[in-house]
Amino acid sequence: MDFLNNIFPNIYEWIAYWIQSLVAGLNLPKDAESALVTAIMALLVIIAIILWMVVMVLILIWLERKNAARIQDRVGPNRVGPWGLLQPVADTIKMFIKEDIVPENADRFVHTIAPMIAMLPAVLMFAVIPWGKGMFPVDLNIGVLWIVAVASIGTIGVFLGGYGSNNKYSLLGGMRAVAQMVSYEIPQVLTIIPIVLMVGSMSLVKINEAQSGWFGMQWFVFAFPVGTIAFVVYYLSALAEVGRTPFDIPEGESEIVAGYMTEYSGMKWALFYLAEYFNFFIVCIIGATLFLGGWNGPFLPGYVWLIGKVYALVLLGMWIRMTWPRFRVDQLMNFAWKVLVPIALVNIVLAGIALPIFKMIGF
Amino acid sequence: MSTPLVLTYVGFFVMVAITLGGGLMAVSARNLIRAALGLIIALVGVAGIYFVLEAEFVAVVQILVYVGAISILILFAVMLTRGLMKRDLPAQNAQWIAAIFISLLMFAALLYVTIGTNWRAVETKVAGDLIPKIGTELMTTYLLPFEAVSLLLLAALVGAIVIARE
Repeated sequence: MDFLNNIFPNIYEWIAYWIQSLVAGLNLPKDAESALVTAIMALLVIIAIILWMVVMVLILIWLERKNAARIQDRVGPNRVGPWGLLQPVADTIKMFIKEDIVPENADRFVHTIAPMIAMLPAVLMFAVIPWGKGMFPVDLNIGVLWIVAVASIGTIGVFLGGYGSNNKYSLLGGMRAVAQMVSYEIPQVLTIIPIVLMVGSMSLVKINEAQSGWFGMQWFVFAFPVGTIAFVVYYLSALAEVGRTPFDIPEGESEIVAGYMTEYSGMKWALFYLAEYFNFFIVCIIGATLFLGGWNGPFLPGYVWLIGKVYALVLLGMWIRMTWPRFRVDQLMNFAWKVLVPIALVNIVLAGIALPIFKMIGF
Repeated sequence: MSTPLVLTYVGFFVMVAITLGGGLMAVSARNLIRAALGLIIALVGVAGIYFVLEAEFVAVVQILVYVGAISILILFAVMLTRGLMKRDLPAQNAQWIAAIFISLLMFAALLYVTIGTNWRAVETKVAGDLIPKIGTELMTTYLLPFEAVSLLLLAALVGAIVIARE
């Protein structure tokens, strides 16, 4: 059990030791040596996490298509590889060899940089995610705030994508996306506050450790009613934040073609698409970390628990996507400002009242 | 594990380059959206400098407020103002000589103060988690300024709604 839990930290130690001895062979001065080792290890961690995320997202895309097919009584991808498992790989290769089209009157620079900016927040957020016991790239003491702050950068990318394409549907999609993201950010942030109150820290590692009681089942979602309400509101606003059906008005294909993505093709479009799935995956990770105990759970190693919880949330999101019709714009805004925000605000007050009681029963 | 000093220097100068590049883009771009983008890049660079200096809280607040909120406001204002969306607006007017003069004067003054001040190096880092301390200070010692700022923001909010309704 301990062996399984420590397998990734141990691998990290081995590689660090190996790099250390490699660099020692160069006979550099002491300062340069430690700087080089730190830089190489940081780079390796970044590459490993991004590769891991890309693999996860490829699985996610396959799962989404397969799941959608099942719900709509179809078969789904089943030609490339067993059960169509290699379909995302084939799609990726197709994306790479597609022509990269930039509209003639588009702002070429903005058009090119927008998908990169849209991709940025997801990648930055991986920096503070604890994947298991002792498995985190950085333990920022303001981890939650970091996630909230970085998430807002994605809005700029979507907006610039809409503007830079010089297309009215793109612009409309971009505007809608910004309005929606800015609105749903607020309930999402407000639901995190009760958790921060209960833990007394904004570090994601500390939040995880605070949920390790009761044989790893002391999850905040069980802190009825505060944690439960917070979780439901968080999940709904997170779905809206990443723009998935029923909240996908920024790219509603029956109204504005494909929204801000209309004029994109090839790898730029793939970046937007990937960013969307990255964001979906990461809000599920954060939901699992904040409310479902993160890597805490009995019997199995931590990272298995985390991935299991994340995929449970992901599947729930897919189920909702396939079975609900799209909101209208005004309904969407009303839902954020007149339903979710008041509930989240009342929930914070409730948390203040319930905190001493939770302390008494050991939460 | 503390970061080696060499890496701190590298990070610092990379962030300074990003900030200056963004600033240059903000003042030289002929297109307002691009100028706004340059401003955003400069603000991110400043946040990066704070990070290198291990002031994580200030850095994150910088991203949250300036990059996340203010820049979106600027972009929206540009889009909703008629005629500003045109591709090539003149980036300068007749006052550019005076502007350069004033900027240089300002720079010289700042440089004089920066070099002239006897900066005290703090030997030890403040121990423990800073966030609770900041929160406690805001709620006790600096309660009045804090509430005054909240009131000001509320007034601005109400004012914005009143203007929007006309």
